[in-house]
Amino acid sequence: MKRVIVIVVVLLALVLIGGWWWRSGTTQPVSPAASAVSAATLKDPALIAKGEYLATVGDCAACHTEQGGARYAGGRVLATPFGNIPAPNITPDRETGLGDWSFEDFWQALHSGRGRHGELLYPVFSYTSFTKVTHDDALAMFAYLQSLPPVHQPAKPLGLDFPYNVRSSLNAWRALYFREGTYQPDPGKSEAWNRGAYLVQGLGHCNECHAPRDSLGGMQSNPSLAGGQIPAQNWYAPDLSTQANGGLAGWSEQDIVDLLKTGQSARGTAFGPMAEVVARSTQHLQDDDLHAIATYLQSLPARAPVAADRSPLDTRAILAQGAKVYADRCADCHGKDGNGVAGIYPPLNGNSSVNEPTGINAVRVVLLGGFAPLTAGNPRPYSMPPFAQQLNDSDVAAVVTYIRQAWTNNASPILERDVIKNRHTPID
Amino acid sequence: MKRLSAKLWQVKRVVGPCMLLMMAASVAHAQDAPHPVIPDTIQQRIAACTACHGVHGEGTPESGFFPRLAGKPAGYLARQLQDFQDGLRKYGPMEYTVRQLSPEYMREIAAYFSAQDVPYTRSPMPRLSGDALQRGEQLVTHGDPSRKIPACSACHGAQLTGVQPDIPGLIGLPYDYISSQLGSWRTRTRATVAPDCMSEIANRLSESDISAVSAWLAGRELPGDMHAQPAGSVTPPLHCGVLGDKGDGV
Repeated sequence: MKRVIVIVVVLLALVLIGGWWWRSGTTQPVSPAASAVSAATLKDPALIAKGEYLATVGDCAACHTEQGGARYAGGRVLATPFGNIPAPNITPDRETGLGDWSFEDFWQALHSGRGRHGELLYPVFSYTSFTKVTHDDALAMFAYLQSLPPVHQPAKPLGLDFPYNVRSSLNAWRALYFREGTYQPDPGKSEAWNRGAYLVQGLGHCNECHAPRDSLGGMQSNPSLAGGQIPAQNWYAPDLSTQANGGLAGWSEQDIVDLLKTGQSARGTAFGPMAEVVARSTQHLQDDDLHAIATYLQSLPARAPVAADRSPLDTRAILAQGAKVYADRCADCHGKDGNGVAGIYPPLNGNSSVNEPTGINAVRVVLLGGFAPLTAGNPRPYSMPPFAQQLNDSDVAAVVTYIRQAWTNNASPILERDVIKNRHTPID
Repeated sequence: MKRLSAKLWQVKRVVGPCMLLMMAASVAHAQDAPHPVIPDTIQQRIAACTACHGVHGEGTPESGFFPRLAGKPAGYLARQLQDFQDGLRKYGPMEYTVRQLSPEYMREIAAYFSAQDVPYTRSPMPRLSGDALQRGEQLVTHGDPSRKIPACSACHGAQLTGVQPDIPGLIGLPYDYISSQLGSWRTRTRATVAPDCMSEIANRLSESDISAVSAWLAGRELPGDMHAQPAGSVTPPLHCGVLGDKGDGV
C-alpha cells in the first residue's frame, strides 16, 4: 500500500511538471498532400509487399484486430495493470483510421511514440521496441497499411483511471524507460546476427513480453530477454538465453527455428500467447530471418545459476500424490521419462516452461489444455485435454510440483493457492 | 582354417551374449515402453475436445453441462466452433481451445462428432404443470402467431431431429441445456452471424415459455430414427444467417 501511495505522489508531481513540457511537445499533423512521400511511392506494389511481410513480422494484427473483427480495424481491448487500452483502427479509413495520416505522422508514432498532434502514446503500443525500426521499413509498413481496405470502426473509450489517463504523466515514464533511436548494427558481428538482433529488438518486440517489468510497467534493461511475467495476461514468457542456466539452455539453432516455424521443436511446444504469435506471425517468416533470429538468441549471455530451492516445505507427500496423478493422467502422452513423443507431445523434462520461476505456465496448461499452434507445418495439431474440470486444486498443485522436480527438473514446488488464482480462463 | 574357425568362435562368444542382451533389452523396452505408440487418428488429436464432450461426443447427459455433440449435423457443429472463435458464442474454455484452429480443421472435427452414433440417455426433468407442458407443445408444434413466434418444427423438422447440414435436432437434449441456450440468446452470450433468427425468437419468448418449451422437448418420447432429416426438407419462416440467408429478418 505504501508503495502505491509513493507511486501516486511521484506520478502526480510528474504530471504537473509534465504539463508544461507536454504543451511544448505539441506538433501539427502533416497532411498527406504536404508529405515528403508521394502518393505514387505509397502505391508501389513491391513496397506494399515488403510492408505486408514486415507487418507480419511485427504481428501488428495481434493487437489491432478484435476477436472476430476486421483485420487491422482495431477494437481489441488490451488489459494492463493500469487499466484497459483499446487498440486503434489502423486501416486507411479517413474518419476512424489512418486515412488522413501522412508517413511523417506514422513515423512520429512508430519511432517517437507520439500521435499526430504530438500527444504521448501509451507504451502498450510497443514503441520502446519499434523505435529501432529503420525509416525504409517503416515506409514499407505504412504503404501496406494504406493499401488495406478502409474499415469504418470508431475507437472504443480508454479504460484508464487517474493518474494514468493524464497523458503527460508519460513524460516521466519515457524519461525512465524510453530511448529513441533506430537499430545501430554492430560492425563486429555477422550480418545474420545483426539482422536477428534488429528483428528481435525492433519489429518482433520480443522483449515486451520476455523481460521482467517493474511496478511502473517499465523494463530496466533493454533488451534483456531474461524472461518475465506478462502483466495482466498472467503467463510467464521464459528467458530466451540458450547458454548455461538460460531458459532455453541447450536449444540448438534448429530447435529455435522449428518452434518459430511450426510451433513445435524437440524441446517444447508454443502455447498461450506464444501459440498465437507463432500462428499469426513467426510461421510466415522467411527461413533466413528465422535463422538470423536463432543466431542472435544463441548469442545471449549465460545466466547466473538459480539458487537451490530453500522452501521449508516437506514435499514428500505432495510428490507422491503428484507422481500418481502423473502416471494416471499424463504419462500416456508425455512418457514416464517425461520426454514426450517427438513431433507430437512435448517433453516436460528440461522444458523451459515447466521450469520457469513462477510455475504459472505449467499450472495454466494443466488447467486449460489446448491445441499446439496450427501452422502450415502442423495443420492438424494434436491437443492436450483441459484438466480444470477433472483435477482439484490439490491434485493440480501436486502434479505440477512433481513434473517441476522429476527427471532433470529442479524447480520450486507449487501450492494450492497458486492454482486457485489461475482457475479462470483468459479470453484476451 | 583352424585359426579362422577359432576366430569365428571368438566372435560368436562375444556376439552371442550381446544379441541375447539386445533381445532382452528390446523385450524389456516393449514391456516398459515410456511412450506408447500414439495413433494418428482424429480422435487422438482432439483430446482437448473429448475430455469434456466424451470420446464419441456423448456429452454429460446427467448434468447437461457439456453438451452432446454426437450425431449433430456437421455444418451446425462447424458453425459453433467458428462462433466461439469469433466471440459470438461466449464461453472462456471453448474460446480458448478453438482460438486458432483453421476452418478446415474445424470442419474435420465437426465431421468426426457428426458421424458418431451414440444412444440417447434420459436427463433429469423439472416438475411442470400440465398447462405449462401444453403451452410447450403448442409453441413447439404451432408457435404463437400473435407474438410472431414460429413453430420449432418449422425449421428443426417435423420429427424435431434437425435438418442437414445446418439445423440441429431438439429432442434427446437435457432440459437444462435447452433452457440455458434459449436464455443465452437473450443475454447475448450466444449469437451467430446476422440475421440471427434464433436470437429474435428467443427474445420473443417469455421466461415461462422457455421453461415450457424446454420441458416438453426434454420429455418427448424419442423416435426410432434420431438422424437429421435430409437437406432442403424445411422452408424456414425467418431469415437466418446460419442458413446462408442474408435477408433483413422478419
